[in-house]
Amino acid sequence: MDMAQNGTSVSIQDLSLNFGAVSVLKTLNLDVAQGEFVVLLGPSGCGKSTLLNCVAGLLDISEGRIFIKGKNVTWEEPKDRGIGMVFQSYALYPQMTVEKNLSFGLRVAGLPRDEIVKRIARAAEILQIEPLLQRKPSALSGGQRQRVAIGRALVRDVDVFLFDEPLSNLDAKLRSELRVEIKLLHRKLQNTMIYVTHDQIEAMTLADRIAVMKGGVIQQLDAPQTIYNRPVNRFVAGFLGSPAMNFVEGRLEKHGDGWSFVAEDLKIPLGTYQFDGQPEAGPAVFGIRPEHVSLNSGTGWPFSTSANVEVVEPMGSDTLVWLKLAQQKFSVRVTSERTPQNDEAVTLGFDPMRASLFDAETGGRI
Amino acid sequence: MQRSWRRRFHLPAVIGTIPMILVAVGVFVIGIGFSVLWSFTSSKLFPTYDFVGLAQYRRLWADSRWLVSVNNIWFFGLMSISCNMVFGYLLAVFMDQRIRQEDLFRSIFLYPFAMSLIVTGLVWQWVLDPNLGLQAAMRNLGWSSFSFAPLVDANTAIYALVVAGIWQGSGVTMAILLAGLRGVDEEIWKAARVDGIPTWRTHLSIVAPMMKGAFATAFVLQCVGVVRVYDLVIAMTGGGPGIATSMPAVYVIQLITVRQNVGQGMAAATMMLLPVLVVLAFSGLVLWRRNRRQEARV
Ligand SMILES: Nc1ncnc2c1ncn2[C@@H]1O[C@H](COP(=O)(O)OP(=O)(O)O)[C@@H](O)[C@H]1O
Ligand SMILES: [Mg+2]
Repeated sequence: MDMAQNGTSVSIQDLSLNFGAVSVLKTLNLDVAQGEFVVLLGPSGCGKSTLLNCVAGLLDISEGRIFIKGKNVTWEEPKDRGIGMVFQSYALYPQMTVEKNLSFGLRVAGLPRDEIVKRIARAAEILQIEPLLQRKPSALSGGQRQRVAIGRALVRDVDVFLFDEPLSNLDAKLRSELRVEIKLLHRKLQNTMIYVTHDQIEAMTLADRIAVMKGGVIQQLDAPQTIYNRPVNRFVAGFLGSPAMNFVEGRLEKHGDGWSFVAEDLKIPLGTYQFDGQPEAGPAVFGIRPEHVSLNSGTGWPFSTSANVEVVEPMGSDTLVWLKLAQQKFSVRVTSERTPQNDEAVTLGFDPMRASLFDAETGGRI
Repeated sequence: MQRSWRRRFHLPAVIGTIPMILVAVGVFVIGIGFSVLWSFTSSKLFPTYDFVGLAQYRRLWADSRWLVSVNNIWFFGLMSISCNMVFGYLLAVFMDQRIRQEDLFRSIFLYPFAMSLIVTGLVWQWVLDPNLGLQAAMRNLGWSSFSFAPLVDANTAIYALVVAGIWQGSGVTMAILLAGLRGVDEEIWKAARVDGIPTWRTHLSIVAPMMKGAFATAFVLQCVGVVRVYDLVIAMTGGGPGIATSMPAVYVIQLITVRQNVGQGMAAATMMLLPVLVVLAFSGLVLWRRNRRQEARV
């Protein structure tokens, strides 16, 4: 995606939104490039849907401006913004057939009949819902309904697609199927898409960039791998990744001309760690993902230590081994054929390059 | 087969409802049976068993008073039900705007329904009485030529009944339709806005069709109200002026008590039963078909 060449599709500038005295979005800025797939990710109640509704024009914002395709749409009606929206509950019109669901908005807008027919045929073909056109929504499965809901956005022939947790009402299997279909749809259409979810797998698999939100503020906006590998704070680090990142609380100390992380008798030399700025000695949190720790694989690691296995959790493709590091819970992900037993003594090793260090007070990355 | 029978009839429930079943069978079925039976006799003050075939029905349909009554009930029914639906829906939409003091408004709108029709009728009779109500008040205020006395005019009395019926019934229609309106998912409204569908069109083409059940419930309640209109007529006009606001129920009671003609009164009562039976049969058919469709889907 060449952003400079394609330009900005959606630009949100200094947007604030209050419900009465409650401030839900706080001077928020977000630029989405033409054709980009941006996922808004965060725990429920953090203001993702609110932000999406602001972009759609379904909520009047308190402050700020919204541009779509270079046009200031801050006070435009939703239908005039060039957006299509897909909802969690599908929001199909239940008394109308699939075909009428797709065509109703176009007919109200006064589009010529043959143009409507053409657009419905195209959407039905792309989404493979041709056999369903004469059915009512009540006679469709959840996955089919959501396909029709996507179709209703598709026939509007818009530049920007907005999704509000479109897969949350589906069971796990359908969810992963439709996830792939949405990704294919994006590849085929090359539209700008803004997608809201609280599911990190959806975010990681779909997004060109993820905006991780908390309390109405975007914490980090980056490519999925960057967010995964270099989270800007402890919240982002803990929210992404399953099983979750290990956090060990301790201190950052300087020994000679090198820095170390110290917790009780544990001392991790940070020679390979890339600091964000000038580190300072003091309380800190050491974070490392369970899959970045290796079990019983020799002493070639920049850091290695020994511990006793407490619990083993088989997870199908691999196994989570729980033990204690500096009296704190710590998990290691291992492939199944090398699963240790309970109470077995093991050595574990990792490269601090893959770790993340956070300020104990602010939670910011060090 | 065995299982579905047991699912439908619980023994303790059947035993518990036996008194109700006895009353229903005794009063309604036997009572209705005798009404129909006597409608074929020449009964006058007391029921007899002197059968005269359809003679009472021929005399009934030749009686201009009965014809006026039938016309009146249709007029009253269609006017008050349709106006109640429209006003009730508009009130429900108004209440759905998250207005402040919603509870207060709801109580005000529902209040008339809590009153008996006799009270409603008396209140409206006072308001519309030339010497007590609106006309007298306006004249006292100095507008001496003001004239408003619909109840004493044979051409307008029926409209006064309709207005009283709407006043009494639109509140409860509002309450039922409001519940239906609240049941419509907010995302449907959002989707319609994104689709660029005007609000009135969303109501008409999307939301109202979703509220079929609420409309049906309100409609049935309104129909019951039309059948109960007897009290309202007696309290407001007594069927007058002349026979201008006579209704079938009023006609039946008058035949039995004043004109002492049980045979013809029962013929009229039987005629009143007919449309009820048609509605019952129709709704039964609809329910049966829906059940069958649901079972077919399971
Ligand atoms: N209409 C509203 N009135 C008042 N508060 C609201 C309203 N809608 C949402 N909120 C609040 O705004 C916050 C963000 O909501 P929302 O955007 O729906 O969260 P998310 O979609 O991230 O789960 C929540 O705390 C919620 O309680
Ligand atoms: Mg939400």
